[in-house]
Amino acid sequence: MSVTPPANPALLDVSEVSKSFGSVEVLRSVSLQVTRGEVVTVIGPSGSGKTTLLRCVNFLESYDSGSIRIDGKEVGFRETGTRQRRSERDLAKMRAETGMVFQSFNLFPHLTAAGNIMLGLRKVRGKSNTEARAIAEHWLGRVGLAHKADSLPAELSGGQQQRVGIARAVAMEPKILLLDEITSALDPELVGEVLEVVRSLAEDGMTMLMVTHEMAFARDASSRIVFMADGGVSAVGPPAEMLAAEFDNERLRSFLARFRASHF
Amino acid sequence: MGYTLNFNLIWRHFDKLWGGLLLSLELAVISIAIGIVIGLLLAVWYVSAGRVVRSIIAAYVEFIRNVPLILLVYLVFYGLPTVVDIAYSAQTSFIATLSLYSGAYLVEVFRSGLEAVPRGQIDAGKAIGLTPWQRLLHVRLPTMLRITLPALSNTFLSLFKDTSVASVISVPELTYGAQWINFNTFRIVEVYLVVTAMYLFTGYALLYALRLVERRFRAAH
Repeated sequence: MSVTPPANPALLDVSEVSKSFGSVEVLRSVSLQVTRGEVVTVIGPSGSGKTTLLRCVNFLESYDSGSIRIDGKEVGFRETGTRQRRSERDLAKMRAETGMVFQSFNLFPHLTAAGNIMLGLRKVRGKSNTEARAIAEHWLGRVGLAHKADSLPAELSGGQQQRVGIARAVAMEPKILLLDEITSALDPELVGEVLEVVRSLAEDGMTMLMVTHEMAFARDASSRIVFMADGGVSAVGPPAEMLAAEFDNERLRSFLARFRASHF
Repeated sequence: MGYTLNFNLIWRHFDKLWGGLLLSLELAVISIAIGIVIGLLLAVWYVSAGRVVRSIIAAYVEFIRNVPLILLVYLVFYGLPTVVDIAYSAQTSFIATLSLYSGAYLVEVFRSGLEAVPRGQIDAGKAIGLTPWQRLLHVRLPTMLRITLPALSNTFLSLFKDTSVASVISVPELTYGAQWINFNTFRIVEVYLVVTAMYLFTGYALLYALRLVERRFRAAH
């Protein structure tokens, strides 16, 4: 027996979002849809608004106009038409539906690897200590750190910390995972172990929106690539097309050319 | 003219000094405990409040920091009961004063500690769906305490020395004990030598113990 999925199952729907910091327009009418199970990668030069866009999706940043919906629900504002910011309580609830992994890991330094994962499970999901511990151990196993459950962040390498960061985010069973340049702060030899974890999550069907400078990874792991420039979406398409040398977008071509020049 | 040191009279009255030392420690411990509560509450209130509350808290801090402790002690012990109808013992009055005093310093310590909590940690707390209160309790306060522990130890040490001011309102702490022995035996050099040694030794012991606590705390976090 099969159930027909709804016509447009866009899990994340970013629609004409604009945002300025003072007189600087960091997002210009950005629209972007991510469907369930999709892995969408945002690339672009620094200052193009990639990270800001990601931070708007879980409302770590507010935006000036447009709307962001997850599963049809407006993220940061009440649905009364008056564009009133949600209460902190509601925002916390909405944010629990998304997971985020940060460039600088941002683990809680006073909690062990397991403790970092358990905090949200206990305080937000209301799990008991035992349940939370079991879930934490499961995910630590998934990221290859079962033996580090009781280590503090300071005792872990960057790559290990970031894998805990990923485990902390996915253990909450978010609808979508936001990955913000998660390998940029890592030594080159530690990048692989982190990307491996992301790859395995993608294979599990985890919906992801990520910002990365790892072009090879973006090409292999994404369903679509979004190229941002000057705060706007400049091009969207499947990775093979987008990263091909003859793609019809001057800015993307010059970005990739500069990128290749600086990375090889 | 020769002054011959004679410690015999000091040892005869040593119970005054020993009891005084214990009382000094007690005053410092109670005052810092109350001061920590005052400091924490006001610091948390400060960082989340609007301009009016902030300037009221800042006024309290500035007042305490710019008035000599001995004056505050006089104000609370002699001044307050003449204006409002309350009565309290010298000891209670001193604890109240020293608590308000340490509280004011600790507001500053905790406030800057709270502001020193890295943004990324707060973002991480938000991202997993913690409410502002939960973020304060489970993310900001633990990190803040770790940051401020050394400053907290220093405040406690100077508070221990500040308890000597209580002698001016006849609270029988260590310095008062020294004065009492001096008035009754005139062995001024001996008694102050002994008392200095007692402050020094206790101070060092406290410092050592607190640094141990800090180190363990850092290792565990």
